[in-house]
Amino acid sequence: MSDSRASTLNSKLRYVGQLALFAVAMFGFGYLLVPLYDKFCEVTGIGGRTAEGPVAEAEYLPTEPDMSREVTVHFDANVNSSLPWHFEPVEKTMAVHPGKMYETAYIATNYSDQPVVAQAVPSVAPGLASLHFNKTECFCFTEQLLGPGESREMPVRFFVHPDLDDGTNFVTLSYIVYKNDDATARETVAMGQ
Amino acid sequence: MTDATAAQHDAHEHHPKGLARWLFTTNHKEIGTLYLIFSLVMFLVGGAMALVIRAELFAPGLHLVNPEFFNQMTTMHALVMIFGAVMPAFVGLANWMVPLMIGAPDMALPRMNNWSFWIMPFAFTLLLATLFMPSGAPASGWTLYPPLSLQGGNSLAFVILAIHLMGISSIMGAINIIATILNMRAPGMTLLRMPMFVWTWLITAFLLIAVMPVLAGAVTMLLTDRFFGTSFFNAAGGGDPVLYQHIFWFFGHPEVYIMILPAFGIVSEIIPTFSRKKLFGYTSMVYATASIAFLSFIVWAHHMFTVGMPLGAALFFMYATMVIAVPTGIKIFNWVSTMWRGSMTFETPMLFALGFVVLFTIGGLSGVMLAIVPADFQYHDTYFVVAHFHYVLVTGAVFAIMASVYYWLPKWTGHMYNETLGKIHFWWSTFWVNVLFFPQHYLGLAGMPRRIPDYAIQFTEFNVISSIGGFAFGIGQLLFVYIVWQCARGGQKATANVWEGARGLEWTVPSPAPLHTFDNPPNVDDPDLVAHTGGTR
Repeated sequence: MSDSRASTLNSKLRYVGQLALFAVAMFGFGYLLVPLYDKFCEVTGIGGRTAEGPVAEAEYLPTEPDMSREVTVHFDANVNSSLPWHFEPVEKTMAVHPGKMYETAYIATNYSDQPVVAQAVPSVAPGLASLHFNKTECFCFTEQLLGPGESREMPVRFFVHPDLDDGTNFVTLSYIVYKNDDATARETVAMGQ
Repeated sequence: MTDATAAQHDAHEHHPKGLARWLFTTNHKEIGTLYLIFSLVMFLVGGAMALVIRAELFAPGLHLVNPEFFNQMTTMHALVMIFGAVMPAFVGLANWMVPLMIGAPDMALPRMNNWSFWIMPFAFTLLLATLFMPSGAPASGWTLYPPLSLQGGNSLAFVILAIHLMGISSIMGAINIIATILNMRAPGMTLLRMPMFVWTWLITAFLLIAVMPVLAGAVTMLLTDRFFGTSFFNAAGGGDPVLYQHIFWFFGHPEVYIMILPAFGIVSEIIPTFSRKKLFGYTSMVYATASIAFLSFIVWAHHMFTVGMPLGAALFFMYATMVIAVPTGIKIFNWVSTMWRGSMTFETPMLFALGFVVLFTIGGLSGVMLAIVPADFQYHDTYFVVAHFHYVLVTGAVFAIMASVYYWLPKWTGHMYNETLGKIHFWWSTFWVNVLFFPQHYLGLAGMPRRIPDYAIQFTEFNVISSIGGFAFGIGQLLFVYIVWQCARGGQKATANVWEGARGLEWTVPSPAPLHTFDNPPNVDDPDLVAHTGGTR
């Protein structure tokens, strides 16, 4: 009898150990979803993220632009509420031929009386089009410092790759500018000295 | 409830008295009772919050509460009802009934059982205390989507700690239930002879262990984003708020099945009893439950269609969601077939079970409508969604819990409840719950958004009807409290079998069930028991 009690206890403890391990593993899985999601978005373009650095023009730009096709690119600008900036595109829309390089610009104005550093985060809609929307130059790659009342025109050079899905005739490039608190504090100290 | 007649059985035990008895108890029946009482209290607290919402929505314009408090009410109502009322009620039922149904003397881990209950009052003290903090309770909806949830006050930290505690409690409870079911069944009780309630809880427990830790991870990320400078969900720091929605709903969809699978089990116990027939299609019920549990892991993004996703993904999640209607349909077919040509009687548990079958099916059908991607673009975040999930949770989960309380109350207390009052409670609740939630379908289709304290005047009439239904339904639940209280105090003595057609090991022990049962495991193949258990299924 005591033998069977002991074996029942052992088998209970085995279940508890395995199930507790499973629970801990699932907690880890929750965190594993973060890099998995990043990788998934990068590969499939879901989420509308664009390449983090400038793409090498020579490598990606096809020699022959597709002049028979026209894609409308919309430019969108948003400012995070904590940032005292005006921010808007020079052109609202642009008709482009896939495979041809274009340049446009956004204008940012710091209307506060302090120097402010901000950083722009781009995204492209529809998400799958982001794989074929390439920026060779963009202000989003670096921190932007504007002095009090300063205004600046910030260029974007881009091309739409001819591999863009045939059904996609509209692409939106959107930026949100966020205040970079650390860099702003650094600049404020540097100016003070 | 159980101590009076169990006295002669337990004369040899030194049982602490008063508060200490409940604080230190390791008995599955006493812990089950504690869970059920806790759940009833939370049901009334969450119900009061719902009435604040319905009172504000009685007329267009802002009248009673300010919008911030309204948002806190929608958020807290959901958190209290989900984690405080429905889930603990099912855990309480599992504690009470699973050992009795499988012929085990207690749960596998009685001490852990005590801990998993006593964590709950602490968790809800933390959660409800946020109502009295300067920044107020969380007001971003129970889903706590960033960036909104990160823009509130510091009370978020209390909410997250409360969710961690509830999660730990649920996981410990689930481990206990699995260890009990897999380890402590009476001889002859093979897996495919277990009652359906035990089966549904076994599967639910696995769901809990799989997804509660994922929720814990998600809210921990919120905590570090808000207070420790990480950027999991902060776009400015390279994070993505949509990631939170994916992680949350990876938890959230299995969670809705955690709240309905035990209800399926309860209804599968009650309908055969009052139809005086065996459950039709027992094996298909088991496999249907397992299929629903599996599918729940691959449909989460149907909560996020309007966030935007590629066509292929939208189609996948739409079809996967619709497939769930197949195993659910099998279950409804089996319940109806169990009743077919049965000698049916309509005592209160059966009425609630029948109410469940009809009204849950309505909620299931609006769920299929919501699965259709283009339709969902119209329905998303409207009152149509509110109507849908209240049909499956109130007339689904809550009705099943009420049915189970009426069904097993004589076994718990040794007394019959007042059948007339029980029937009045059923018809009152069923009438008013439809007055409460059915108009919300129309409001949603007409475009009234959820979680907004004010609305355009063309929505007035349906909101008035809905609010009247809400108050009448809410008042009716006080009758339920009275019936349970009256039954616990006395009444007509219940027999061991209680119901003429009842089958299962729990009906072989006296009513009220003594504190200790099945100290010697019953042999399910014993000829005396076969009549009781219905033999092999």
